[in-house]
Amino acid sequence: MNEDFFQGYKGDGLEILKKYNVRVWGIAEFETTRGFFKGTVLPRAENDDAHHIVVKISTGYNIGIDTNTILSMKEVSYFKANYKIPEKEFPFTPNLPKVKLIGTGGTIASRLDYRTGAVIPAFSPGELYGAVPELAEICNLHTEKVFAVFSENMGPAQYKALAIAIKKEIESGVDGIVIGHGTDTLHHTAMALSYMVQNPPIPIILVGSQRSSDRPSSDAALNLMHSCYAAGHGDIAEVMVCMFGPTSDEYGFLHRGTRVRKMHSSYRSTFRTIGDTPIATVKRGEVKLIKKKYNHRRKDRNVDIYPFFEERVAMIYFYPHMHPDTIDSLVDLGYKGIIIIGTGLGHVNKELYPAIERARDRGVAIYMTVQTLWGYVHMYVYDTGRDLMAMGVIPLENMLPEAAYIKLGWALGQTSDLEKVKEIMLKPINEEITGREPYNGYLIYQGGVPEVEDFIRKYRK
Amino acid sequence: MRNSFDAVRNHLESREAIGFIPLHQATPDDWKRIGFMSGLEVHQQLNTRQKLFCRCPAGIFNQDDDYDGEIIRHMRPTLSEMGEYDGTALMEFRTRKQIIYRLNNENACTYDIDDTPPFKINREALDYALEISLLSNLNIVGEVHITRKQYLDGSIPTGFQRTAILGVEGEIQLSNKKVRLIQLSIEEDSCREISDIGHTRIYKTDRLGMPLIETVTYPDCDTPYELREAAEYIRFLNRSTGKVRTGIGSGREDVNVSCRGGDRVEIKGVAHNKWIPRLSHNEAYRQVALLRIKALLNKCIPDKSQWQIKSTPISFEKLNSDCPFINDARKSGQRIIAVNLPSFQGILSHFTQPGKCFANEISDRLKVIACIEKPNMISSESISEEGNPIDFDKIRKILNSNDNDAQIIFRAPEEDIKTALETIQERCLMAFDQVPRETRKALCDGTTIFERVLPGADRMYPDTDSAPIPLSEEYIDSLGKSLPVPINTRISQMKEWGIPADTYHYLLKKNLVPLIERISDDFSYPHKTIGIFLGHTLKHLEGQKQPHKEFSPEKIYDLFSFIRSNNLDPAIAKPVLSILMDYPNMDFTSILTSLKFKKRKQEELLAPVSFLIGKFREIRKSDRHDVTLNWLMGQIRNQAIGNIPLNEYSQLIAVQIEKEITE
Repeated sequence: MNEDFFQGYKGDGLEILKKYNVRVWGIAEFETTRGFFKGTVLPRAENDDAHHIVVKISTGYNIGIDTNTILSMKEVSYFKANYKIPEKEFPFTPNLPKVKLIGTGGTIASRLDYRTGAVIPAFSPGELYGAVPELAEICNLHTEKVFAVFSENMGPAQYKALAIAIKKEIESGVDGIVIGHGTDTLHHTAMALSYMVQNPPIPIILVGSQRSSDRPSSDAALNLMHSCYAAGHGDIAEVMVCMFGPTSDEYGFLHRGTRVRKMHSSYRSTFRTIGDTPIATVKRGEVKLIKKKYNHRRKDRNVDIYPFFEERVAMIYFYPHMHPDTIDSLVDLGYKGIIIIGTGLGHVNKELYPAIERARDRGVAIYMTVQTLWGYVHMYVYDTGRDLMAMGVIPLENMLPEAAYIKLGWALGQTSDLEKVKEIMLKPINEEITGREPYNGYLIYQGGVPEVEDFIRKYRK
Repeated sequence: MRNSFDAVRNHLESREAIGFIPLHQATPDDWKRIGFMSGLEVHQQLNTRQKLFCRCPAGIFNQDDDYDGEIIRHMRPTLSEMGEYDGTALMEFRTRKQIIYRLNNENACTYDIDDTPPFKINREALDYALEISLLSNLNIVGEVHITRKQYLDGSIPTGFQRTAILGVEGEIQLSNKKVRLIQLSIEEDSCREISDIGHTRIYKTDRLGMPLIETVTYPDCDTPYELREAAEYIRFLNRSTGKVRTGIGSGREDVNVSCRGGDRVEIKGVAHNKWIPRLSHNEAYRQVALLRIKALLNKCIPDKSQWQIKSTPISFEKLNSDCPFINDARKSGQRIIAVNLPSFQGILSHFTQPGKCFANEISDRLKVIACIEKPNMISSESISEEGNPIDFDKIRKILNSNDNDAQIIFRAPEEDIKTALETIQERCLMAFDQVPRETRKALCDGTTIFERVLPGADRMYPDTDSAPIPLSEEYIDSLGKSLPVPINTRISQMKEWGIPADTYHYLLKKNLVPLIERISDDFSYPHKTIGIFLGHTLKHLEGQKQPHKEFSPEKIYDLFSFIRSNNLDPAIAKPVLSILMDYPNMDFTSILTSLKFKKRKQEELLAPVSFLIGKFREIRKSDRHDVTLNWLMGQIRNQAIGNIPLNEYSQLIAVQIEKEITE
């Protein structure tokens, strides 16, 4: 069997297709107890049940036919769809910057995967040009697929591989790097790269899409244009995330890699800078600075990379009545570092104290961050905080929990000397800890209040 | 004088040449001659509490300026599942529209603006839609697959409509024939357009996402009137379930029309069934006209691949015109472009629809595709009675035109000129080949304007956000048990009952036949009596006044129950109903009091007769008994209504007159 004629079918469905010699992509006629049907047999998604045949009828709609109702069926012809994003050669334009797009498996441009019914990315420059021709007016694009994993499966191995790939690209002379990435853990990767790739001479921009590009209202094309513009033309040479500013198709934000977080499960404007403002907004043709201080683009090709990571690091999201064995078990399993995400100013219940002391005694690095996301850990305010510090828990100021987790893994990957780890943790590399929180760094307005409603009506959010 | 061509005369002559006749003069032979062929897509909102894929309330509408926020989207074409781009999608992309949605927190949520994935399908809506599918004799699918149908006009913020087929291959029985159904789908309704000016289109999202079904027929209707009958039938069928919305905009039709040699054109948004015959008739003839244009063009231009428009900008000084068209362009900073259409003389003014000509086909597309507001062009072949405001001799000189060329001048902002020129070239070239497959918007004068390129099956894509929904045998069987009586059976019943045919439309439209049946069966009144009461009396009263919003015909059931149990004469029903429509919560006894009704025995009713006969003799102008009777009835008939049938009462009085006067 060279070709799978029955893609995705199993059980009854597979049996009946075989019995009547009907293939996927065959145009078939069905006599059923519910009447006559005709259409192209389509592959079936793997996780769907075994009792239905999927058929595309002549009007373009898909329907399912229950195998139990089928009296007979017959393949009358066969036409295999050639599902392909049209590939056009990406034109070279002199004087436009050279941008490298590194693929990790996000859905910048995509097509349907019949195995899962989900979308799989299309990626070559030609495919991208076919889907977003405007890119050719922004830059000369080159692409490379480093790996194809879903965002949630990204991890230390990928962070390290990316850091090495980035160094190579910088040395080869590109003007900017864009990394296509699934959005769920986009900020984790941004944080990891912020630590692993330091002092880059060019912008390194992570981008994704909240609506896959198989949808007409996808944010993918605009995000890609924004990130390619900022990477090729912008002056900010840092690791950043570029995603929608408002949910409207208006402008994107350039978020600093260490301070960004996904804040809504499905909104386009899900990425927000926490505890500060974004560095800039970006439109096609314009990067508009919000922050004055940033790392400027340079002509040289120097970059420092530190591709290290200790994987036995965990985060614990504290909840009332958390039992100490949650920490004990981590320690027993050999974890070397724990980030606690505490309540309020950085607290946990007394019940955990013995476990924390035990962990400290075993040489586990323990750091505190806050569930509130906004604001600093302040462990001097209440007894609990002071108790915890006495037990060796180190407060991480206003470092985001994910930024702390990634940083601890990265620090422990370099040394097991806890003093050195502490030094690394508390010395900000790129604002993962900021000395001050500006007044406009915390803006979560509540709907319903007249002045907020006026604002929302006036400005497109 | 070179300009000897008479466009108005050409328009009339071309109208005659294609044999156009207005609808009211047309006969089935005319439609047969041109090969009239048509079908329908009937949209009907379902009366559910919530929207189809989110939990927003359905049917809460707001004014255009009553919104809490706005968002902007642009739409990009994407590939279909079969690996093709859809033609409509590409056209919409060329228009570079900025789409603005106005949101009201009461009736729209983050699903509506495509910032939240769909929730599970509304089962109430699915039940209703399947019930209608069963009534339509469709083959019900084994599994419902939610499909995305691309709409790049922005009418849905996702850029696609979630829709699913529930049944295929059904039929309905009209008076003279069966019309086959292609399919029935359940889908989410789209936004309502607020405005579409230049490159900005504004929508409101109140209607968006409401459950809708679409019944699609085969092009089985051979005359415009058959088409209307089919539309009415489907509408009645939907309403017979009592589970669909009524009122403005809740039911809408798209009409597919072609003539022999033509192609499928879809007339969208036909809000009233009574418009269907004229719209479809005119469209079929428009296609006949386009086919004649095709023949004319191919005759005088054998090689269309060489055919090319020529254009040049013209300065306002050179034009030296102060007609409003030019003035407006000057004021708004637009440019004027002159275009030469080689060998197109007689084409631009060729008849297409009543009062319209081929130049309108170009103008419509300039509005839709190049986003240039109308009036956007003037042609050298204006069919306006007022003559042409532009000196086209001058234009011809500038363009170096030949005698048999035609010319257009259009106005446009600089950035739209390129698309405008492409659009003109494209539409003219199409005229050599075919009737373009388009969707057209219905106007109330019975003509249509271009809306967009007709989409094909290439705009369908499986919805990767939702799982297929199996429809088990048990589920379908249980729905099948409570189906209403089919419409054609209802029509036969009404015939049998002797209900006059002029009431059928009203009774079916309002789904009142089940009410007739219940009142007649439960209180033993003849079906005919109740049918006439609902079909004439109720309809007549509704025509006179708007009933209170809490009034429903269901109250008439209670009314007849009251009449029967109080042993009243049914003639009282009409005056009671009149009050009931204003005060639906008033009890019947109070209504009778307000009518000054008193329950009287026969002796009481006849008691004043003797006195009145005496009275009449004093003032009489005639001794004839029938005159006496009429006068008497006029005096005392009111007290009889509800107590005794008037004809019976009149007979009793007649007897008494006979007796007393003869004595």
